[in-house]
This record gives sequence, structure tokens and C-alpha cells, in this order.
Amino acid sequence: MKTPIYLDYQATTPVDPRVFEAMSPYFTEVFGNAASRSHAYGWNAEQAVDIARETCGKLIGASGKEIVFTSGSTEAINLAIKGAVDMYGSKGKHIVTSLAEHKAVLDTCKHLEKQGCEVTYLKPDGTGRHSAEQVAAAIREDTILVAIMWANNEIGTINPVAEIGKVCKERGVLFFCDGTQAAGKIPVDVQEAGIDLMCVSAHKLYGPKGVGFLYVRRKNPRVRLVAQMDGGGHERGMRSGTLNVPGIVGLGVACKFAMQDLDKDMAHSIGLRERFEKRVFAALDHVYINGDKDHRLPGCSNLSFAYVEGESLVMGISDLAVSSGSACTSASLEPSHVLQSMDVGDELAHSSIRFGFGRFTNEEEVDFAADQVIDAVRKLRELSPLYEMVQEGIDLSTIDWAGH
Amino acid sequence: MAYSDKVLDHYNNPRNVGSMDKASTEVGTGIVGAPECGDVMKLQIQVEGDTIVDAKFKTFGCGSAIASSSLATEWIKGKTLDEAMAISNTEIVQELSLPPVKIHCSVLAEDAIKAAVQDFKGKNA
Repeated sequence: MKTPIYLDYQATTPVDPRVFEAMSPYFTEVFGNAASRSHAYGWNAEQAVDIARETCGKLIGASGKEIVFTSGSTEAINLAIKGAVDMYGSKGKHIVTSLAEHKAVLDTCKHLEKQGCEVTYLKPDGTGRHSAEQVAAAIREDTILVAIMWANNEIGTINPVAEIGKVCKERGVLFFCDGTQAAGKIPVDVQEAGIDLMCVSAHKLYGPKGVGFLYVRRKNPRVRLVAQMDGGGHERGMRSGTLNVPGIVGLGVACKFAMQDLDKDMAHSIGLRERFEKRVFAALDHVYINGDKDHRLPGCSNLSFAYVEGESLVMGISDLAVSSGSACTSASLEPSHVLQSMDVGDELAHSSIRFGFGRFTNEEEVDFAADQVIDAVRKLRELSPLYEMVQEGIDLSTIDWAGH
Repeated sequence: MAYSDKVLDHYNNPRNVGSMDKASTEVGTGIVGAPECGDVMKLQIQVEGDTIVDAKFKTFGCGSAIASSSLATEWIKGKTLDEAMAISNTEIVQELSLPPVKIHCSVLAEDAIKAAVQDFKGKNA
């Protein structure tokens, strides 16, 4: 078994060897510029891009014509939100989003606030979920866009997107959905979900980094965006810049396998997650699942180990590559904004670790990981004054802590 | 983040982990930090005359916090109360090569020593 064991599939995924193989000729042999119309190098590149475009559309129930290739989700998010505000700003300046969104959405919204937009940041429930009713109540006369993610990157909670999409349609508001974590991991259909704009990133679904797409609805309604980069007018004028042909080919093939293997991948990831959690919960007390147990991404297990600080736990499980929601891992010293928005409590937020399982994780790795977590938590609880107090029957909330 | 070898050593082999009888008049207890801030240190000293003969700690916090408190217990053993009070966080920073974002861990360890000494003095005033 190779260590560290990669359990951070929400951060990124390895490129599937089948994808890598499909990409390789497009670096050296079929290297043409897809915009070159005067020779076979260009035509061949364009043809490969067109095939990928159709496959990307198919993955999410869209037409290839509705796919705008970008450098990834962050760019697609910026294009969708800023592009929609620039195009429809005369109708209104209000956006509805969630406190649990990815920073790419939150920071884009903050940027727009400085430019005169008003943004309502909805607070999710304790599992990180939003109801359609909550979204409906926040929509105003001047709302032009709702931005709610399909599935959360930290906790894996899946939102009721179809219900939210219905509300948006009824109220005539555009629905942008960050599909980065959902696409290729669970069934995603923009028609059923009533989504007008959605971003997808290749590297989250076993494709290469640096490529993704924005879905832009063409019918009912036809969505128009103002481009955020000036240049040669590629991608129907929405995203200038020479197409990343090998990346796009990789994205397309990754989407193909995601569709083909979806049931198998889901069953595999859910099986591993359940195996992992069962083993951990059987051995340790005071462990909590962050997120929605019933509406959760197959490969995501975000756990809080009470009375153990997250970063020290990450040190103790050095054979595992995982992410911590603890403050100390980042320069900001603030615990995860997602866990905070759910009112998990700073204390448990500091104790959280995200374990991500995927296509290339196996049972042996999961068992090894669970055992290493169990050992590290036990060791750190021996060191923990909080665990000692709780064992003594002291209610920690009654203590007047000397904060710093 | 890369940890210094000394931080790793204290994390993997923490010195003087444990608890003493809080009620004893020979024992001073300092508890500093807060769970919501991500670190809590409990440092205890056993004193004979004005010499610290034993020290124990328990820490909830990152690796650097654990290392800082583990090191603090090593350093104060055998010292007088006044010598222990004179230990400053910058010495801990130097010894463990703590990066700037971890300086608060050393501050907490210094505070824990001072709190334990004060608790002992308060009991025996």
C-alpha cells in the first residue's frame, strides 16, 4: 500500500489513466488551434473539441451548444455571476446566495457588492442545506440571480436543486448552480433541476486540472452573458482565448467515463464511506458527522472528533492525505466558514476532518485509514484537558474560558 | 505546513503528560485558552519550597501548541518559581523554530506557566 493514502477527493482527483491516454495525442500530434479554419490541424482540433462539447452537455442533460469551455469552475463562476449582472443589471441588482457557497461564489458576490449590487446570504440549516421555501422568501422584485450550489465541497450536503430551480422559474429569476462537486458523482440534469447556468470542473471528475465549463441555457429562457475577457470572441463570444484542446479532450473523456461508470462509482464510494464510518464509530465516542446524512455526496465524510484539535489530528494521521476544517491549517485562523454557517460551533469546527473517497480508493486503504484515525484520536484525547474534564463529568459550556 | 523536527519530536513523544491533584496545596494549576479558539492548555506544577519538582500538562490544540506546552514542562522542572516566571515565549519560539502563525502557541505556554505559578502562590499566600 502506497502512503500517504489519498483521501481528499473533494479537493481534486487523479486523472483517470483512460483519460490521460485519450489526451496524449492532442499535445504533440493533433496540436492545432481549434480556431484555425484553413488547415487540417485546426479542423482536427476543432472536431475533437466538438465531440468533447457534446459529451460534456450529455453528462448534465444539456446540448453541446450550451457549453462554454473555461479554465475551470472559478472562472466559470466569475463569468456566470458577473456576466449575468452585467447583462441583466438594468432589471435589478439583487442576488440571493448561501453562506456555505465556495469562496469563488462568495468573493465574486462581495466584489459585486462593492459595485452596487445587493446580496442576500442565506444561512443553511444545521446540515448545510437550503429549502426552496427559504430561497423563495429571499427573492425580491429586483432579484436577478440565485446562486446555490448542488453539493457542498466541505461537507458533501446535497441541496434540493430541482425545488430551488422551480421557485426560480416561477419568479423569473436566473438560477446559477455550482455543480463542481456534483457532476460526475451523482445524477445531474439541468433540465430536471431548472438550472440556467452551471459550472463543472474537469479535475473533480478524474480529468485534468485547468479546464472546465459553464453551462449557459439556450432555451426557456435564452441566457445571455457579458464576456469578462476581451479577445478573439471564442466560445460564442462568451470566453475569448485559444481553446485548451488537450484539456478539453480530457474533460470530454472524463465526462464519458463518469456517465458510463456513474452507478458503479457511486456504489463504490458509498460502500467505502459506510465502511469507514462504521469502523470509526464502533471504536470512538463523541464523533459527529457534519452534513446531511440522507443527502450527502457518495464519497464525502466530514467528521468532527470532539476534544481533539483538527490540525494536531492531521499530524497524527500523517499517512493520510486529508483536509481539516480547523483554523490552524490556514493563515486566516478562522475555522471553516461552511461549518460556522451551519452553527456547528467553533469548537467542533476546529475538530473537523474531511475524508474523501473515490474511484481509486480501496477497502484496504479505508481500513488502514480508519485505524490510524482511531489511534491518533485516542492518543490525542489522552493529551486533551477537555476530554479529561468531560470524563470527570464537567460541562465545558459552564467554564469561563480565558480566551485569547 | 512543515513542522520542525523538535515540534514533531514533542508531538510524537510528549513529555510529562498527565494530571496532578488540583486540590493539593503543593500543586499549582494553570488552564489557559478556550475551546472555540482551538487551543486549551492545562499545565500543573508540584512545588517544594520554592522549587518546581514536577510538572504535567494536557493540551487541546495544534501540534505546535502541544510541543510548546510539552517543552514548557521540561524547562520548568527543577526551576524556582521566579525562574519559571521569567521564561518568555520567544525562547519557546526559538527552541521549536515556530513560524509566525504559531507564535500564539508559545504565548499560551508562557501564560500557562504563569497561571500555574500564580495559582500555587494564591493557594499558599
